[in-house]
Amino acid sequence: MLIECQDLWKIYRLGDVEVQALRGLNLSIEQGEFVAIMGASGSGKSTLMNILGCLDQPTRGRYSLNGIDVAGLRSDQLAEIRNRQIGFVFQSFNLIPRTSALENAQLPLFYRGVSLREQRAMATSALSRVGLQGREGHYPTQLSGGQQQRVAIARALVAGPSLLLADEPTGNLDTESSREIMAILDALNKEQGMTVILVTHETDIAAYAKREVVIKDGRVQSDRQTQPVARLSPSGA
Amino acid sequence: MPAFILLTVWTAVRILGRNRLRAGLTMLGIVIGVGAVIAMVSIGEGAKAAVAQRVATMGTNVIMVLPGSMTSSGVRGGHGGAVTLTMSDGIDLKKRIPLLRDTGWGKRDVMQIVNGNKNWNGTVNGVSPGYLTIRDWSFTSGGPFTQQDMDTAACVALLGQTIVENLFDAGEEPVGAVIRIKNMPFRVIGVLAPKGQSAQGSDQDDIIFIPFTTAERKVFGTQFLGSVGALFASTERTDDLAPAVEQIREVLRQRHRLQPDQDDDFIIRTQVDIGKVQEGTSETMTVMLFTIASISLLVGGIGIMNILLVSVTERTREIGVRMAVGAKRGHIMVQFLIEAMTISLVGGCLGIVFGVLGARVMTVIAGWPTIISSDTVAAAFVFSLAVGLFFGLYPANKAARLNPIDALRYE
Repeated sequence: MLIECQDLWKIYRLGDVEVQALRGLNLSIEQGEFVAIMGASGSGKSTLMNILGCLDQPTRGRYSLNGIDVAGLRSDQLAEIRNRQIGFVFQSFNLIPRTSALENAQLPLFYRGVSLREQRAMATSALSRVGLQGREGHYPTQLSGGQQQRVAIARALVAGPSLLLADEPTGNLDTESSREIMAILDALNKEQGMTVILVTHETDIAAYAKREVVIKDGRVQSDRQTQPVARLSPSGA
Repeated sequence: MPAFILLTVWTAVRILGRNRLRAGLTMLGIVIGVGAVIAMVSIGEGAKAAVAQRVATMGTNVIMVLPGSMTSSGVRGGHGGAVTLTMSDGIDLKKRIPLLRDTGWGKRDVMQIVNGNKNWNGTVNGVSPGYLTIRDWSFTSGGPFTQQDMDTAACVALLGQTIVENLFDAGEEPVGAVIRIKNMPFRVIGVLAPKGQSAQGSDQDDIIFIPFTTAERKVFGTQFLGSVGALFASTERTDDLAPAVEQIREVLRQRHRLQPDQDDDFIIRTQVDIGKVQEGTSETMTVMLFTIASISLLVGGIGIMNILLVSVTERTREIGVRMAVGAKRGHIMVQFLIEAMTISLVGGCLGIVFGVLGARVMTVIAGWPTIISSDTVAAAFVFSLAVGLFFGLYPANKAARLNPIDALRYE
């Protein structure tokens, strides 16, 4: 079992008001799954993503990733886990501005003490896996939205994580680019057995996943296996 | 880690390169501060060295004894008013104080000196041969007079450079010539090597030396035979100066039959005392300028802190991304510290360049002597690094303390 969440609670305190973002959520995800997490805003799905991504700690409950109990780890230990186990893809790409695609893709290795030569080699191969060979020297402003998101995926992949967390990865993209990005995620899942967790509110994007988890009021409302409808045809409609 | 540091430095340099105007303005404080330190310290050092050089022209480990004030019927004269020191004081000091390497004495007066159709009003100094050794006078031609010249009160003279310039044509050889002092013929037997200004700023080369006995008996017309204008002594080592001064005081008080309640009727000065007064002035100057420079470095540091705080805010998202992909707090901290130190170091180096140039300009335009020591440059370098480190700490810490979730969401 890659991810095991048992009775997760997350309680924020905003002034006098207590917000219960997660209320005893249970969720298990196996290695190699492609899961879409859906839910309305305020449902607690962002909070869940933050906890799954080791960016935040639950108030109560148990979260274990790859057998490691994450609750109670110090911030540096969480950073280490993020660096080795998790790749993030954000809605707004979050590339470092005025920094080349190659250097953006190198970023996780930068914090791992890998030699510069190795960093370059690994980042170059990650970029070519998302179809960006030859664009290593391009800056984010010289790339289209779809290309920027592909750099972000390369950055997420480069360190060989066991989990890819994609938070609305197509939210800022047109249909064509969205399809390209989803094709890459799908291929990563199918060909390399990478576990992908996708947060989205678009049903046609969620349809790429094999399992759909709906969150409501801080709990799992429904959890079902789906038959991927869209067989990919990257060349377009 | 080395790869991380290397890349971080490179990143910092590029970030600064992107915002050249901003980085330049931020650096300005450091540039001015370090430049001021370098320029001021080198001017101060130069002045100090110049003073030391002048003090050194007095000779080495020199003690001077001057007549004190004379009190007659309760009316006190100024220093040097009394005629209290004598040749025999000098001889006795040498005999009784083994610490003294040499003693000498002299007496001076301003007189008209004539050579052919030229004449000059210069200081004539009747001295013992010991005086010339103590004061380290050397010769460009000819040589000193001897004890025999002393004993026979020979009419021989040694000329300083200023005298030579005023009494002789260029290229004319003074040694062997006969000049007249108070209408008495004197044979020139030596020309003194120039010493330049004294520590007090007077021209030390405007001088003629003649044997003390000659001066006393034939030129000055002395009231009290054997009285001298000043006694001089020297010691082997600088450390001996203080004990020697005490012993001289004791011997002289004894010889002058002074009661314990009476003041000294003489004044003792050492070369070290004279040097200290001069150095004291330039030290005050250095301290003052250093304070100004420090304030300017402080202002420069605050400038760095300010711009880094802006930078942390601007790059909040970037910090969030870095944290998300695995940067620890330490990494973020080091990154911003390196940026701060890069600014201050580049500023410091520019400051060193401007400071050195400024010191050079001072030398050329104002003629001030300046000395740029490697210590000063190294200190400026270290200082600017320290400023960057110190003022970078707060912004770097602020960046490192960011919560990754908030940082990622920051608009």
